[in-house]
Parts: sequence; C-alpha cells; structure tokens
Amino acid sequence: MNLRAIAAIYRFEMNRFFRTLLQSFLSPVLSTSLYFVVFGAAIGSRINQVEGVSYGAFIVPGLVMLSVMTQALTNASFGIYFPKFIGTIYELLSAPVSFPEIVIGYVGAAATKALFIGTVILVTANFFVDLSVAHPVAMVAFLLLTCLSFALMGFIIGIWAANFEQLQLVPLLVVTPLVFLGGAFYSVSMLPPVWQKVTLFNPVVYLISGFRWSFFGAADVPVGFSLLAIGAFTAICLGVIWWIFRTGWRIRD
Amino acid sequence: MPAILTIRDLRKTYAGGFEALKGVSLEIERGEILALLGPNGAGKTTLISTVCGITTATSGHVTVDGHDIVTDFRAARALIGLVPQEVALEPFEKVRNTVRFSRGLFGKPRDDARVEEVLRRLSLWDKRDAQIKELSGGMKRRVMIAKAMVHEPRILFLDEPTAGVDVELRKDMWEIVAEMKAAGVTIILTTHYIEEAEAIADRVGVIDRGELLLVEEKDTLMKRMGRKQLIVELTAPIEAIPEALARHRLTLAPDGRHLVYTYDTHAERTGITALMNDVAAAGLVLCDVQTRQSSLEEIFVDLVGRKAS
Repeated sequence: MNLRAIAAIYRFEMNRFFRTLLQSFLSPVLSTSLYFVVFGAAIGSRINQVEGVSYGAFIVPGLVMLSVMTQALTNASFGIYFPKFIGTIYELLSAPVSFPEIVIGYVGAAATKALFIGTVILVTANFFVDLSVAHPVAMVAFLLLTCLSFALMGFIIGIWAANFEQLQLVPLLVVTPLVFLGGAFYSVSMLPPVWQKVTLFNPVVYLISGFRWSFFGAADVPVGFSLLAIGAFTAICLGVIWWIFRTGWRIRD
Repeated sequence: MPAILTIRDLRKTYAGGFEALKGVSLEIERGEILALLGPNGAGKTTLISTVCGITTATSGHVTVDGHDIVTDFRAARALIGLVPQEVALEPFEKVRNTVRFSRGLFGKPRDDARVEEVLRRLSLWDKRDAQIKELSGGMKRRVMIAKAMVHEPRILFLDEPTAGVDVELRKDMWEIVAEMKAAGVTIILTTHYIEEAEAIADRVGVIDRGELLLVEEKDTLMKRMGRKQLIVELTAPIEAIPEALARHRLTLAPDGRHLVYTYDTHAERTGITALMNDVAAAGLVLCDVQTRQSSLEEIFVDLVGRKAS
C-alpha cells in the first residue's frame, strides 16, 4: 500500500480546508447560532418538551447531522471533481496509486472536515443549551460513520458529475430535503399516523434517530435499525465505488 | 541490456469507435532520447497516455523495465515522470506544496532538499511560496516539469514540451533534457517542432493515423532519406535555363543568379560531374557553389504525404 500517497492526497485536501479556515469555522458557528435563535428560542419557546428534553436540546443532533451530511458530501464531491475539472487528475492516474488509496485520501479528508464542523456545532450548541450525552461511544460511532458514508457518497457524485450543476444537484435536491424531512427538527411521533409510516422510507430518519438516541436515550426507531441503515448505506457506497474502480467509469478513457 | 520500455501491438479504440492506435510496437533503449513526430491527431498523446495509465489500452502489452503497466502498475509507474501537453495545476496551491504533493504521490519520502534542487534548477525557487494562479504561463509550465522530475523518474515523457513557450524556456528545456540524459534518464518527447527533434533526439519515430511509420536513428534517417541540394551561383544573371542543362532538371532562383540541383546522396551517380561539365560547356561562369542537406521536416512531410497518398 502506498501510504505516502494517501498522506499526500489527505494533506493536499486538508490544505484546501485550512486555506479557508476562518470561513470553514465561522460558517457553521453562525448557521448553528441562527438555527438556535430561530428554532430554539422563537419556536422552541412555544414547545415545552419533546420526548422529555427541551426543544433546544432536541434539535442539536439533527443540526449536527444536517451539517455533517452536507459537508461530507460537498467536500468529497468537490475534492475529486475539481481535479477532473481542471485536468490535474492526470497526476493521480499516472502515479503508482491504486484506486482504493485515492478513495481513502479524498474520503478521509472530507470526513475529517465534516467531523471538525460537527464538533464545532456541538461545542457551539453547548453555549445555548444544556447538553448531555447518554451514550458517548455510540455518539462518536454514529458521527464517524455518518461522516464516512456521506463522504463516500460525495466521492461517487464527484466522479459522476460532468459539470458544476450536477455536482450541486444531489446535495441540494436530495440530501437537504431528506434531512429536513428526516426528523432533524421534530420527532416522528409528532407527525400524523400516515406520515409516520411514509417517513420510514426516508433513510435519513434512521441516522438522525440513532444519533439522537446516543444523546437522550430515546429514539423514533429502534437503534439497531439505525445501525443497520447506516451500515447498509456505507456498504452500498463501497459497492458502487468498487464498481467504478473495476470499470474506470468516468475516470479513464 | 533489455529495452527500458517495450510496447507490443498496442491498440486503442475510443468509445465513439475512433481508432487512435492501430497496433503500435516500439522498443526504447535505456538513456536514449526518442522524439515522436506526427501531425495533430496522429496518436502521440494517446500512446503516452496509455503507457502512463491515463488511458486504458484496448489490447496489447506494455512493460516498463520489465514491469507490466497493468499487472505491476506500481513498479512501472514509479519509474515514469509525465509532463502533459496541457498545463493542469491547482490554482490556489503554493508552488512548493504542489511539487511536494507529486513526490508524495509517487511514494517517495518528503525531501525538502530535493524539492529545492528541482525548483532552483527550473528557476522557480523565488516563487516557491507563490500561489500557482500568480504565475505566468511559462512559469506554470516549469512547475509542470518540476512535478514530473521531483520523484526522480527513470523515464520522462514530455508531451509537446515546448508548444507555445518562449525561446528562453525552450533552450532551458533542451538543457534540462540533456542533463537528464547525462544522468541516465530515458526521454520520450512528442513534438510538432522538427528542429526540436533534430536538435536533441537520438532516434526519431514518425507516427500518423495511429500507426508508427518508422523509428530510426536520427542521423541514419537523415542520411537515408536525405536529399541534398547543390546551389550554383553565377557571376551574371540569366533569364532562362540553357537548353544544354535541361536534362539536369534544375530550378532557377527568381534572382536569375542561382541554379538549384537536387540529388540523392545514396544514388550510384549523383550527376554532379556531368552537371558541372554541362555548366562549363554552356558557357556559364560560376562564382560560388554550396550544398544543403534536406531537413527532418522535409523528410517528415515527405513520409506522411506518401502514406496519405
């Protein structure tokens, strides 16, 4: 295994992040604060408690998930799409680097960035609400797996995208709506019975529910299902990446 | 010693059905400089891209120092440096970082001394902390070369290295190529500029429409295919070629003072003696005689033209 190549790709990608550190850091802090002001204070003051926790605290896992998923996705997709767009991909393809090593470098960097932003949001949230974590190990595991799986999905999107419009398509039109409708700001039990059933087809429900369980010990769906969902999602992404690797789809002529 | 690069019956047909390589076979010796000449779309870049791993061959085999480029791609690619035709660089990265990145990508440990050596050699050291987007076009091309050299390759591919660069950089590039050859590096370059091949190559390959028309020692090629011209300068201008000289198929320069005789250096008889006798018999008085060897460019045009017809 070419570990030095993985490290080189990882470092190169992280450099991009550090170049815009202020933006990378301030943006999630600001958006989280705004969510707390709008949802937590303005709307939350009219909602007493959800499943035994204050509304302000209840939305924290959803907020973290929303940012982590979109950040992992966009960072990974941009990370591999940009070399394709500007032509520097020639260097990756002609270097003694295997496709899995390229994936580890790019996905690892994107997942790290998302993890950093998730952590910043959690720390920021602590200033607004009293936050306790019932299952810290599970919380970290859910966070890591989400960073990883969405970065894998982002990598696929980056390979697939033929232009910047397509690059934005999935995060904006698929992931963001799924997260908003996946119980980021409400409990599934608050929905009418029919929508409670429909919402179970949204895979993001399982991820947010599992993550929320790690904080409060209560969940919309059993935590085993959540683990299964994120495991299956990761496996599907890995499967698609393996296929891309085998065929050279949209990478090699 | 076995060839450092062996290409056997390499074929590449793109998805649209275009056959870019039609069974190219080629052996490249250690430490030589091979210039691949060919018009646009001849298959030069496809050949390089396939050897370097950017494009997948439809069929055929390539080995680099005995390592198959598919089954043993790590060992094969580790020996290769590539400077592609188009400048492709991350615009916001610093010069030093992008060169360091290339070294890491090739699995080499970080070596700031080597990076400095390469940047200094390419007159980039003063720009080491500049972002790529701040550099001129020529500087960017130097960065591309630095990236290809920094991992100490044994084979360097230069795809149209001097297309659109200024005279200074072109000369500098030729010097770098000479230095690398002296260090034992094998160099394969594609070029449109025949004088480039003529100036630096040991062997010349001519490729057209996906086929390698020939590969030959540059000097042998020029000798074999070369035609010479004998230019006879007269003391006084003439209006037409005298009838007595018609059999020599001369051409008269517009100034009326130069007669040009083209002959084959390999012919049993060049016809020069007969020409001189006839010139004297026609009463023409000479003041100078010169000969001129045909250039590689003329040979190339001749070859490609013959193939096309």
